[in-house]
Amino acid sequence: MIETVNLHQSYGKTPIIKACDLTLPEGQLIALIGPNGAGKSTLLSLLSRVLNERTGAIYLDGRELKQWSGKELARKLAYLQQSNQYGVHLTVEELVAFGRYPYNRGRQTVADEQIIASAIHKVGLADFKERSIHALSGGQLQRVYLAMVLAQETDYILLDEPLNNLDLKHATQLMNHLTELVQSEKKTVVIVLHDINYAARYADYIVAMKDGQVLRAGSTKEIIQESLLSELYELPIKLVPVEGSYFCYPFT
Amino acid sequence: MKRISVFLLFCILMITSLFVGTHELSIAGLLAGVPEAWMVLVKIRLPRTISLVIAGSIVSLCGKVMQHLLQNKFVAAEAVGLSDSARLGILMVMLFLPNGSVLLRTAVAALFAYLGVLLFLSISRLLPKDNPMMLPLAGVMFGNIIGAVSGFLAYRYQLVQNVSSWLQGNFATITVGQYEWLYLVIPVFFLLYFVTYEITIAGLGEDVARSLGINYGFLRMFVLGLVAFASSIVLLMVGQLPFLGIVVPNMIGIFFGDHLKNNLWLTCFAGSSFLLICDLLARTVIAPYEMPVSVIAGMIGGSLFLGLLFWRQIR
Amino acid sequence: MKVKVGSLFLLSLCAVIAYLTYNTYGNWSFAFALRGRRLLAFGLVAIASSFSTFTLQTMTQNRYLTPGILGLDQLYVLIQTVSFFFVGGIQLLSQETTTMFLLSILATALLGSLLIGFFYQNKGHHLFLLLMAGMICGTMFSSYSTFLQVLMDPNEYDMLQGRLFASFNHIHTQHLLWAAGIILLGSLCLVFLIPELNVLHLGSRQSVSLGIPVPFVHRLLLFLIALLTGTASALVGPTVFLGFVVVTITYQVIPTFRHGWLFLGGTLIAFLLLVFGQFFVEQVFGWTITVNTVIQFLGGLFFISKLILERKKG
Repeated sequence: MIETVNLHQSYGKTPIIKACDLTLPEGQLIALIGPNGAGKSTLLSLLSRVLNERTGAIYLDGRELKQWSGKELARKLAYLQQSNQYGVHLTVEELVAFGRYPYNRGRQTVADEQIIASAIHKVGLADFKERSIHALSGGQLQRVYLAMVLAQETDYILLDEPLNNLDLKHATQLMNHLTELVQSEKKTVVIVLHDINYAARYADYIVAMKDGQVLRAGSTKEIIQESLLSELYELPIKLVPVEGSYFCYPFT
Repeated sequence: MKRISVFLLFCILMITSLFVGTHELSIAGLLAGVPEAWMVLVKIRLPRTISLVIAGSIVSLCGKVMQHLLQNKFVAAEAVGLSDSARLGILMVMLFLPNGSVLLRTAVAALFAYLGVLLFLSISRLLPKDNPMMLPLAGVMFGNIIGAVSGFLAYRYQLVQNVSSWLQGNFATITVGQYEWLYLVIPVFFLLYFVTYEITIAGLGEDVARSLGINYGFLRMFVLGLVAFASSIVLLMVGQLPFLGIVVPNMIGIFFGDHLKNNLWLTCFAGSSFLLICDLLARTVIAPYEMPVSVIAGMIGGSLFLGLLFWRQIR
Repeated sequence: MKVKVGSLFLLSLCAVIAYLTYNTYGNWSFAFALRGRRLLAFGLVAIASSFSTFTLQTMTQNRYLTPGILGLDQLYVLIQTVSFFFVGGIQLLSQETTTMFLLSILATALLGSLLIGFFYQNKGHHLFLLLMAGMICGTMFSSYSTFLQVLMDPNEYDMLQGRLFASFNHIHTQHLLWAAGIILLGSLCLVFLIPELNVLHLGSRQSVSLGIPVPFVHRLLLFLIALLTGTASALVGPTVFLGFVVVTITYQVIPTFRHGWLFLGGTLIAFLLLVFGQFFVEQVFGWTITVNTVIQFLGGLFFISKLILERKKG
């Protein structure tokens, strides 16, 4: 479980996160939504300790984040940033192998190889194992990163806008992958989303952020409400029921 | 900060420059008609001060003009390979026409500088444009290549001593009969002033300029030619003045905005003031000896430039 | 991979033998001693520049950087000048010159890493800011040094000159052993950190996610880079672009992310470049230029070509 208590973060004199109190449930797909500049990515960075300057407390499984050692944390929580462009020569396998670093510091064992192979298989890229990452499409590359995160075998997976460069098919595929991770492997996935429709359809729990503060956090049902969403995005939104879920339709 | 204060600073500095130095000079002496006093004034101080003023203004003006033309805040003569090309030209003259007149040297240096800049600019078309630092960076690299060629020639023909001592910016050697060549840059001032409007438009980008009816290609060649000419003369007469062309226009831009025409004279006065300050320090720090002004300019200019870089980033 | 590195090694061996034996005019022992020392210096510089440049580029995720461009060489000169100026030449020289040597290098490493760390902020495009700042610092430090040099007592200046102006034609071999010790120690530390360096290819955020204490590692790496670069500079003078040229070539020849291979291959390629360069300087140009000039020329060419090629690709 991840908890924040009175979290504040500023960039110079500008506050980015103000008085954030959150309790994120375990074993669910959690979406962070909100308008631009709401602080979603910053919050994610703080939760993963990629960003460390803040006041207030963050508790992971009951222990303050600052007290976790780097290695311990790496085995518990994995973070994937928004955009990744590497100039270095890497094959799919080599990139995914990085996910095992917290366990083997580069020295691969047979067990590691199996985990890597299984992760690559899970994202459907088993045939591309030896291929250079520069020869992959955007969607395939994103899946390789996901495989790397899977190979890290953590309970928590934090993804910052992973759907950004993906087309409809690949974005849907990725969300399906994530749902499966939560359901069959009981992982907790926290994901920053720009498109609220993906949140509405796939998330179990949603945190709606605005101006650095949590507007509202709760189950999908609680958050996907016309009044709340309209307030969040400052735009009238109509909810259209579709196949048991809702489609958010903004209108001017 | 008011514009008038820059002008006042300039006047104060200019007067100070006339009276500071190894020889005694006082207003009383001048008024009393002491012949030595007048000689010092006319033959030493005045030429020196005038060259400082001219050199300071033209270098910062050229810097500002280049910044507008190339749409990049961090360029000036040294960042586009101008200085290094000019140096190569001068070296060539030293090697092949050692008895050439000053006019010849200037012409050759200016020609090399001009060709160097054009070469660099054609290369720069191929550079990635996403980062403004690319251009000055590549310019310095380009300068390095040319510098290596010059260095090779200098080493080979044993001109190293010559070249480096001569490139040290030094106003101590300015004497009557020599410095008048600096007056050649005065027409450049006026020509540039003439085309300020066009340069401002050019600063908006090639496409915009063309669509507004400016003959972009010709303008660029013309302006660069003027800049090459002026920079070569200053280089020949005075030596190298690091950072001046970049720092002063940027500081004016920060305090007074970037409009070219409005700030033209301001840039000139500021440039002269900066150089006057550096030279005053150069004269007084180890009096009666002199520190080369390029050293002082390097120290102050460098620190200012660094401050600039980081201030812009923090904003 | 192994084949390539193996052949590089053989080539280096040939180069060593060739350089030691040609044109000795019968004066074997003398030539051996002189050239042997020079080759050792080349080897050390090859290690130092290759290791430090790869590390810097990985750390900053940028292929245009080289430690020399950050003004480290000029910083070393400035520190030497400052110590001469304030402590006094005679006093300095009467003391253990080795101690002064070591202290100056340490000071360069500390100050250098602090400065770079200060200017380098972990956000993509500010990298070029660091480059520009480095170049400015280079010129600026030179100016400060010249300032002090002009001010100081001419006798002290003479001593300083003798101490300072190393070049490939004038290698400070009296410190060779100490330099060797420092460079080997520094590179050993880097070898130990190879797994971390490999991960750093992914960027600092992902590295944190994978458990690396990035700020600490960065500071340590910067210190080692400054240490290696400073020592090499003290031995043979500034070699601003050597690292850049070597790394660019190495990545072409050995396309991998693994620093183990990169370090090894890079060192061998650097060594080869230096030996051939020196050979050219001696035999073809008759000592009329220095290897430093050759490197400067090549380096500028490489840099611009790389910029252009990347643009065409992207």
